Amino acid sequence: MPASGSALQLILGVILLWLALGLAGVFFPRNLHLVSRVLFPAGALGALALAAAALDALGGAAQSLVLPLGLPDLPFHLRLDALSAFFLLLLGAVTAGISVFAAGYFRQGEGTPPGLQCLYYHVFIASMALVLLADDAYAFMVFWETMALSSYFLVTSDHTKAEIRRAGFLYLLIAHVGAIGILLCFGVLHGTGDYTFDTMRAVQLAPFWATVAFALALFGFGAKAGMLPLHVWLPEAHPAAPSPVSALMSAVMLKTAIYGLLRVLFDLLHLQVWWWGVVILGLGLATALYGVVFSAVQSDMKRLLAYSSIENIGFILVGIGLAVTFQAYGMRALAALSLTAALYHSINHAFFKSLLFLATGSVLHATRERALGKLGGLIHRMPWVAWLALIGTLAIAGLPPLNGFVSEWLLLQAFLFSPTLPHAYLNMLVPVAAAAVVLAAALAGYVMVKFYGVVFLGQPRETSLATAHDAGIWERAGLVWLAAGCIALGVAPVAVIGIIDAVSGQLLGRTLGASATGWMFLTPISADRASYAPFLFLIVILFVWLLTWLAVRYFYHGGLRRAPPWDCGFPAQTARMQDTAEGFGQPIRQVFEPFFRMQRDLPTPFDAKPRYRVTVEDRLWYWLYLPIVRVTEMLTRVVTLLQRGRISVYLTYSFVTLLVLLLFVR
Amino acid sequence: MISWPGLVAQLTEIVLAVLLAPVLLGWVNQCRAWLQNKSGPGILQPYRTLRKLFAKEAVLAHTASPLFRATPYVLFACMCLAAAIVPTLGTDLPFSPAADAIALVGIFALARVFIALAAMDIGTAFGTLGARREMMVGFLAEPALLMVLFTASLISHSTSLATIVERLAHMQFVIYPSLAFAGVAFTMVSLAENARIPVDNPSTHLELTMIHEAMVLEYSGRHLALIEWSAALKLFVYSCIGIALFFPFGIAEGGDALGLLLALPALVAKLAVGGFAMAVIEMVSAKMRIFRAPEYLGTAFLLAVLAMLIHLLLES
Repeated sequence: MPASGSALQLILGVILLWLALGLAGVFFPRNLHLVSRVLFPAGALGALALAAAALDALGGAAQSLVLPLGLPDLPFHLRLDALSAFFLLLLGAVTAGISVFAAGYFRQGEGTPPGLQCLYYHVFIASMALVLLADDAYAFMVFWETMALSSYFLVTSDHTKAEIRRAGFLYLLIAHVGAIGILLCFGVLHGTGDYTFDTMRAVQLAPFWATVAFALALFGFGAKAGMLPLHVWLPEAHPAAPSPVSALMSAVMLKTAIYGLLRVLFDLLHLQVWWWGVVILGLGLATALYGVVFSAVQSDMKRLLAYSSIENIGFILVGIGLAVTFQAYGMRALAALSLTAALYHSINHAFFKSLLFLATGSVLHATRERALGKLGGLIHRMPWVAWLALIGTLAIAGLPPLNGFVSEWLLLQAFLFSPTLPHAYLNMLVPVAAAAVVLAAALAGYVMVKFYGVVFLGQPRETSLATAHDAGIWERAGLVWLAAGCIALGVAPVAVIGIIDAVSGQLLGRTLGASATGWMFLTPISADRASYAPFLFLIVILFVWLLTWLAVRYFYHGGLRRAPPWDCGFPAQTARMQDTAEGFGQPIRQVFEPFFRMQRDLPTPFDAKPRYRVTVEDRLWYWLYLPIVRVTEMLTRVVTLLQRGRISVYLTYSFVTLLVLLLFVR
Repeated sequence: MISWPGLVAQLTEIVLAVLLAPVLLGWVNQCRAWLQNKSGPGILQPYRTLRKLFAKEAVLAHTASPLFRATPYVLFACMCLAAAIVPTLGTDLPFSPAADAIALVGIFALARVFIALAAMDIGTAFGTLGARREMMVGFLAEPALLMVLFTASLISHSTSLATIVERLAHMQFVIYPSLAFAGVAFTMVSLAENARIPVDNPSTHLELTMIHEAMVLEYSGRHLALIEWSAALKLFVYSCIGIALFFPFGIAEGGDALGLLLALPALVAKLAVGGFAMAVIEMVSAKMRIFRAPEYLGTAFLLAVLAMLIHLLLES
């Protein structure tokens, strides 16, 4: 553990190491052995060091540094405070697992050569770390763009396929539209001074301009986070990328957007307005419900997880929205509770979503199949991946005693306090919003049963699955690390909240103080009000399990006979009679029909080879994006009228411009 | 903070729940038989079934994974934990800080996810069909149940079940219209969650209409016994939640021995009345088509939300 003052230097050292590893990859682009056995493991060690340094810096004072890079008069300002340190901790801890997995994942002959992948990968994580450290708008935007570009190259690593190029383009487009929003937001924030965040903190904006800055930040960072209605790139880009990259994007990159939003809302803006919180809350709820309903009807396992990321971002936004509203009314303890829920969910989502994305990567490598309808029964072929994925599945479904439940619990506790809001309508409407949160959380359980059940359980739906092999040792190690994280975050919430308290102390001036009665009991606000002890919970379940098992063994024989499945005595049972992904999603399609744009081709009863086809599409694509595309096309046609291709016409334009300028400038 | 009498009361409560649960199921079935003018198998029948199943050899499909074998134990453990945190006799429960009302819903969700996964494990048509239906009922019933508990929590300013019961028991002279709505919602949810008519029929022999039974078709022997016992425990726990929220009178506060002794007959009487009421509801209603279930549960959900709104509008 380094001395407190040197944490920032150590983090910069790790970032330099990552860049060096990336460059080393460029010099040996096809040396798989070097890339997978040296560069990626070294990157993972660096990530661990970064996490340790960030953990060390959390409690201490903010450290800053000016790097003489960039343009002559615009050096990069870096600053490491509690908020940055928390997200760096998340980045380091999750990246360590993903890098170890990636060491076993990237292969020769799959799109981009491994050495180049290594470059993009390390530039990507280094730029994310620098985004979290940036302390002026210029550095922030440079690193933000580096992050977008490096991840674009990672997404399109299999660029020979047209749909992957298309996904990459959509991603790049929305990333830049969002970046414009962020740039304009900084423009509004900086007032008349320079572009360092220190100046922005000092500026006292009028409420109108503060609201403009808020709206731009929400738009810009929302586009990166996958907030409705800017989410369309996410389900395209995540499946297109290689699995470790999907994991990084979902687990860490979406969180940099959350970081940016928190930075602007609570650090750079000096005031909060109550209805900003309500706007974020409403968008968060819509995002969560939309994400989970769509994820329930997907039949591609990575798209399903991508939509589930949208849902989780929705939960985080709900927490932030509540925090803003509470803070605006000066209810700091409750703001701390809501913000803690949001931050806790951020780190939880980073762990379980990367675990699941990596598990799909192993499945993809073992079976070459991403469609849920062609998988099944992999728990017998790939026990390591299956059992570790089960932990992630239970965690993401929000089940106790794993980590997903803790943050949902905290969020619901925050909702239970919302009737105390001093506003006549909010104190009634906000508690009802909890119903939508609960519905989304319950649907997440449905989605994850579908995901896990169809991929890992049942009988293999294709004969080729019989040759599927389990993940290699590196992949297993990465998965074990992330699964252990899910369990640790689940059973030791008091320790985790102790870490998060540093952030809420910095942003809100108030900490939550997770427990009054020891490390085991999580009792935010007061022990009388609510308490939850996941460790005790786990112990009781394991104890009763053991006791029951022993009792059954002792009193009765353990006789067991293997036989073919009974299935009500139906002998002609085949693997194709199991529910497919479409079948399992059918109740959702029926209950939430207005959400979807569906096309169904039903076979007639007389078809010899009946085929059933259903396509489910996003209505927003037709309602929002295609009209925008049409308007853009129309405008371009108008602009094309100017383009004549004859030099005399262009000279006329120049002449007219000159005249107009003369007229105005004089 | 853990007191010896409390610990004794806690253990008594768990053991009592585990032992009494099959009787409650037997009582409901017996009442139903009486209402149908049949003589009925007697209220001890579930015990005989359990004894028979435990003694039998378990037959396991070739395609079953360890998850399938572990699930009955997980279910049983979840239901025991649920029984431990719901106040049935007294409110001085050392386990009660371990899980509050929200965590209780989490326990039921954990059990449901496990049994749905186990149903998909064998890979039969009926298993996956049951899992899909169960999860559909679950995602609609879970929010409704949580909203009911939310209403009670808002009234009593706590999510700890023991505290909720203590505070509700001291308010007997104030009428809470929100609790009436919540009560109706809770009744509807508990019928659905316990696989009773009108959502599911526990005694059906028609595979196509099954939900819970379709999921456990592949289980036999001791595994099936544990699942049946867990189902009985679930019914017992749900009944106790209903009693604790809506009829908390008679549940002993603190750890006084006399109160606990008096609480036992009160509990038995309340359960008997509740079981009879459930049999009557099952008698007078018909099983719905599966796609009417979302409407039914959606109604329960809306009633629960309405209960919360009424509380916020009128009572706070």
